[in-house]
Amino acid sequence: MGKIVGGIGLSHVPSVGPVVDRNRMHEPAWKPLFDAYVPVREWLQRLKPDVAIVVYNDHAADFSFDKYPTFALGVAERYPIGDEGFGTRPLPEVKGDLDLSIHLSESLIYEHEFDLTLCQEIAVEHGFLVPMNLCFPHMKDAWPVRAIPLQVNVVQHPLPTARRCWRLGQALRAAVQAYPADVRVVVMGTGGMSHQLQGKRFGFMNEKFDQWFMDRLEAAPEELATITHQKIMEEAGAEAVELIMWLTMRGAARGKRVDRHYYAPMTTGMGLVTFEG
Amino acid sequence: MGRQVTGSIPDTSVFDLRLSLRGKRLNRLCAALCSPAERDAFKRDEEACMARFQLTDAEKALIRSRDFKGLIEAGTNIYYLLKIGSVTGNGLYQMGAQMRGETYQQFLATRKISDAR
Repeated sequence: MGKIVGGIGLSHVPSVGPVVDRNRMHEPAWKPLFDAYVPVREWLQRLKPDVAIVVYNDHAADFSFDKYPTFALGVAERYPIGDEGFGTRPLPEVKGDLDLSIHLSESLIYEHEFDLTLCQEIAVEHGFLVPMNLCFPHMKDAWPVRAIPLQVNVVQHPLPTARRCWRLGQALRAAVQAYPADVRVVVMGTGGMSHQLQGKRFGFMNEKFDQWFMDRLEAAPEELATITHQKIMEEAGAEAVELIMWLTMRGAARGKRVDRHYYAPMTTGMGLVTFEG
Repeated sequence: MGRQVTGSIPDTSVFDLRLSLRGKRLNRLCAALCSPAERDAFKRDEEACMARFQLTDAEKALIRSRDFKGLIEAGTNIYYLLKIGSVTGNGLYQMGAQMRGETYQQFLATRKISDAR
């Protein structure tokens, strides 16, 4: 049977990508971030996940506003590395899990009535790849886990509500548990924390909000899921609204908190929180 | 759950459908810059590229003057803006400094650890 073995909430700051590619992880400005992932990587080695479901948003690399899905699930054997406008990063393509994707599609649509957009082609980019870089360092031509992208509209309002994202996570948990084959799954909720990248409020952060969000995500996630986009954007910056994707992770990963870390050197609160089971 | 965006937020643009529709031409041009050939074409002849994407005169003027604050107000989504920033040699933090009305150095001085870039 399928099993959710863990959940990870983490930021997907794009500048992490080139730091990995140029091997700058030990520089003093970056070391605190990468050090925080040492215990997470050890924990993941113990959990031995087969598949990571990555709840993320595309940043105009492969999805466009001509037709913009609210929730989009990858249903493919493999996912190539996208070009976001700065060139394609030198990373191996990501191997998917087609059977699990098909099962999730049927279960989420028939049983749980989440009408996802199903994508046979997705080129993945920093929203997906930075969390993979942080948690699952790649080998020369492969990643240590299979992965399935679940893309959420957190860019063009109206966005799905935080509660809808939470319920999608609950449905995802039930769908994974109904999978007939033995597969160990980690769910990653990516994005945030506080940041604003446009207007005169560029660079705005709010550590107090971010810590509060991680507290509530652990202790009272269902209550946290009633938070409005307005409140997140007012208190943590317009782009912080990505945090609704952490609620999908928490809806799927219901166990005890393991690790927690926070680092905010430049313009984004880089949070990290893990839950087991 | 009812309405999610209930009021304006100071110094912030909320990228909704109206803004997205306003920025359609600009965002389409920026999206094309995900292709290396289109980036080369833009660098070679910016005016021809802007004409091909049928930008208005006002939109062209914003790109010519590298007015990133103006481009956001004209409906360019921030993640699309990053692409035109990159092709014109302006990273996120340079664009951010301009949007704040600061020099790049002034902006960096406001950060905790500005080497984390």
